[in-house]
Amino acid sequence: MKTRKLSQLAKTIRSKNAGVNLITFDIIFADRSTYEQVKRSRVLTRETVSKLYRVTPDRIADFVEFDPANAIKFTIYRSRPSGSPGDPDIFGAQQYAPLLDIEVPVAEGD
Amino acid sequence: MTVMPSLRIICPNGHLGFAPIRVESFRIGVEARPDVIAADSGSDDVGPTPLGTDTSTSPRAWQVHDLEHMLLASRKLGVPMIIGSAGDTGANSRVDLYVGIIKDLAAKHRLPPFKLGYFYSEIGNEELRRRMRAGETVAGLEGYDDLTEAELEATERIVAMAGVHPFIELLEARADVIIGGRSSDSCVFAAPAIHRGFPEDLSYYLGKVLECASFCAEPYGGKETVLGEITANDVLVTAMHPDQRCTVASVAGHAMYERSNPYFEHVAGGTLDMSHCRYEQVDARSTRITGPKFERAPEFRVKLEGAGRIGERYVGMVGIRDPYTIAHVDQVIGWARDKVRERFGPEETGYQLHYTVYGRDGVMGEREPMRDRPAHELCILVQGVAPTADMAEELCMIGTRQMFYARLPDVKGSAGSVAFALDEVLRASPSYRWTVNHTLRCDDPLELFPTHLTTAGGSDGR
Repeated sequence: MKTRKLSQLAKTIRSKNAGVNLITFDIIFADRSTYEQVKRSRVLTRETVSKLYRVTPDRIADFVEFDPANAIKFTIYRSRPSGSPGDPDIFGAQQYAPLLDIEVPVAEGD
Repeated sequence: MTVMPSLRIICPNGHLGFAPIRVESFRIGVEARPDVIAADSGSDDVGPTPLGTDTSTSPRAWQVHDLEHMLLASRKLGVPMIIGSAGDTGANSRVDLYVGIIKDLAAKHRLPPFKLGYFYSEIGNEELRRRMRAGETVAGLEGYDDLTEAELEATERIVAMAGVHPFIELLEARADVIIGGRSSDSCVFAAPAIHRGFPEDLSYYLGKVLECASFCAEPYGGKETVLGEITANDVLVTAMHPDQRCTVASVAGHAMYERSNPYFEHVAGGTLDMSHCRYEQVDARSTRITGPKFERAPEFRVKLEGAGRIGERYVGMVGIRDPYTIAHVDQVIGWARDKVRERFGPEETGYQLHYTVYGRDGVMGEREPMRDRPAHELCILVQGVAPTADMAEELCMIGTRQMFYARLPDVKGSAGSVAFALDEVLRASPSYRWTVNHTLRCDDPLELFPTHLTTAGGSDGR
């Protein structure tokens, strides 16, 4: 089956602190059909993101398919609270990169 | 109080002081003759150090810039100006700072006298200890354990997160300008709406959508003004910048920004439930929202934030280009760590030494999926943290310079394992950590937030 990268399908892929001990990830699509297609593909689930981010599933604080915004959103616990010595990303703003290259199966002709 | 048909609030900045407001869209917002001008000035994104050291993260000039624009507009229109979480942290010193700025600006512009209300949000360690000993559980949030006296002991300063209550108290006292201590962003806007008799369901949503100013609009562009209007039945939000639009997608999308779950927003006293929100585009730049619900909590719990000092901090930096050395960078770091240990003993004895390896896994650490494929050159940031500046400097210097002398069995270059752009270590801000990220039960929503009223402007100057 043909695939496309998540970065080609999503309008926004971002990460940001949600409080001092969580980083939240938003993957937002411009239209409903692309969003539904990615949802159906199951490339983004609690299991796939815990594997991608090398954390155990209990470190995923939330996983939500947010229909009103055509968005998939998940939140992980930090390994230490933001701003602790050695924390390289105080705002949590650069943690989304591994999502960009996720291969999403798409129907032929899409 | 009689219910007005609608209340209109403009918000020019999602984090006042952090970067200056864009004055053009603010001017358009003021020309729309809003009933309230409000902004939040706080964030815990800036890390624990400002709260610990009792400072702001941005220059006073930027804070004055925004406060001056808002104050002059609010006095010209004769409508309230409301600021939450003064000076990034909302600590008492930050409230005093903003109250002083407002008084100075009133004198500078010879404004007629007006009522200046403010409230504090700090809770003293002694007071919190007393409550803990009286049996209160200070419950941990987001994976934190319940607070122990030892962690409290390690904490420098604690602020409590106010809800709408102290703002409403000051509005009832007819304050023209309100400077708040630490408070939930959304409550800065929800308070005037609730005070004027609008339903809590919609008032808290109004706050939620306005708190980050133009972040609820598209295309992306921060620090632009947005206008929110609440009626008995709905909330309408409109972008003021001529090139920005509040669309169904941008407004719904903003509900998820910076929070773990896009459907729920917790504040002191309850939770805003956005699961049944309906969004409707009413014109090119405005979106209407109906259907939010506010559930009052059975128990009134207030969030607390506290920072504890770890020590003084120095940083050093090195580069590596030899591919063999890059492949064995952990051994290079291990060598330097050993030398620090020989001088100061094991890390557990009271210092911290951190290596951040840019070009391999500097940004993501152990979560980096590509850490087995390092780049052709690396930059390593070394951080030494210790109880005294002298010790932090020396341990950071050993941890940095000893990488130069690391002994790798098969290395060709034998004149130095790393490159120095600076053969020195630099003093950084002291290191703090978030020790308190908890909630505390209160009998009275106002008990942690004493309110005060004074006069600014008029003949007595400041």
